[in-house]
Amino acid sequence: MFGKPSKSYSKTLSINILAFFLLFLPVVSQAAPSGGGDKEEGATDFILHHVVDDYVWHFFDGHYGTIYLPVILYSQDRGLEVFSSHHFYGEHHELVAYNGYEIHDGHIAAVDHDRSITDLSITKNTAMLFVTMAVVLLLVLSAARHYKKNPNTAPKGVASFLEPIILYVRDEIAKPNIGKKYERFMPYLLTLFFFIWIGNILGLLPGAANLTGNIAVTFTLAVFTFIVTNVNGNKDYWKHVFATPGVPKPLLLIMVPVEFVGLFTKPFSLMVRLFVAITAGHIVILSLIGLVFIFQSHAAGVASTIMVTFINLIEILVATIQAYVFTLFSAMYIGAAVADHDHH
Amino acid sequence: MIAADLLSPGTGLIVYQAIGFLILLFLLGKFAWKPILASLKEREQSIEGALLAAEQAKKDMTKLQQANEQLLKDARAERDSLLKEAVATANSIKEEAKEETSKITAKMMEDARLAIENEKKAALAEVKTTVAELSLQITEKILRKELADKKAQESLVDEYIKELNLN
Repeated sequence: MFGKPSKSYSKTLSINILAFFLLFLPVVSQAAPSGGGDKEEGATDFILHHVVDDYVWHFFDGHYGTIYLPVILYSQDRGLEVFSSHHFYGEHHELVAYNGYEIHDGHIAAVDHDRSITDLSITKNTAMLFVTMAVVLLLVLSAARHYKKNPNTAPKGVASFLEPIILYVRDEIAKPNIGKKYERFMPYLLTLFFFIWIGNILGLLPGAANLTGNIAVTFTLAVFTFIVTNVNGNKDYWKHVFATPGVPKPLLLIMVPVEFVGLFTKPFSLMVRLFVAITAGHIVILSLIGLVFIFQSHAAGVASTIMVTFINLIEILVATIQAYVFTLFSAMYIGAAVADHDHH
Repeated sequence: MIAADLLSPGTGLIVYQAIGFLILLFLLGKFAWKPILASLKEREQSIEGALLAAEQAKKDMTKLQQANEQLLKDARAERDSLLKEAVATANSIKEEAKEETSKITAKMMEDARLAIENEKKAALAEVKTTVAELSLQITEKILRKELADKKAQESLVDEYIKELNLN
């Protein structure tokens, strides 16, 4: 695991999510039938390997099929250390310890348990993050070029592809949910939408990492919405939380804690929703592919291919819906924080 | 257990995601969203402005058309009134001229009559004097002849005396 502070932090977070998402876990446990043979275990291993983060980016088996990503570690006694993750893998791709570090439960940890390290490695998902950022930048900036070059003309090319989406985010998400002050939040909402959308779609590509289905990513995005919401919260908003108007005094003892917890459950739901929707989709697709390896029959192959094709199409839909939902709820939370409560 | 790994966020990824998202937000905010949103707004406003202008132009056109029609109507009315007036004037002039003419004619006829009357009178007077003169001359001549000898004169005197006696 990571160092002591981060370890305890991630534990509590894990427990919270586990408690909250028992719904999701059966999918995992179904995908991993207990006590199965080697075949089954191999199949479920490959599923989980695909949806979790890693220090290598594995495309296909063989000598050139794997990219070993850089490991960056910071520890107080050794300072910054940068080396290739190749050192953690033996000749037969088995995990080995290197330089006092080992990969334990998917994370780099010090062999000496007393040492605390901060892991800043470029993992598979980090690399995927850079790819996603590059694609989003390329797409949006090339669209922006049209508007700079020919202002006041009909959109063309990439601009005509993105303009309806931008208008949708503006007119259907930001304006109705935030109100008059929507303009200030447009860059955030648009960036959020395009990052999640492109991330979701790129995540569906074969060999791609499950970026937007990673809890760290959804956590960070949810924290951004939390910050944007609460930094912009006006008097009415805080009054609503700490002195809910129109509620009798004794009831406030219950209402205020509920409202206060509500501040955190909102971004928490954002985090979990995106994580679950995308990861579950990946697991379903991989489980269906896994059936081929478990049954090893032509019929299973045909059936699973058809199913995977359909699920993939649904996943493209889900990719868009989840981006929309995350943006919509962010806009709603922001809207509630900046709204003028005239009716109270 | 690897499933737990699914639910434990990696610190590195959180850091990179936060930095990456902020970079994305900054770059896109500055170089994409701002010009795009501004351009969209400008375009919408220009379209709205154009629509409003078209509506205004339509209204102006209608107004202009109405004004034109009014003008035409006025002009027509004026023409009609002018024509009427002209006809009236012409008629009156004609009437006047007629009256004048008849007056002048009457006067001329009167004058002519008077002149004729005068001429007639003058002629008659002249005829009378001429007749009187002639008769005097004739009488003189006759008398001279009749009374050339004494006897004739005496007989005449006698005759007058006789006549006088009778009276």
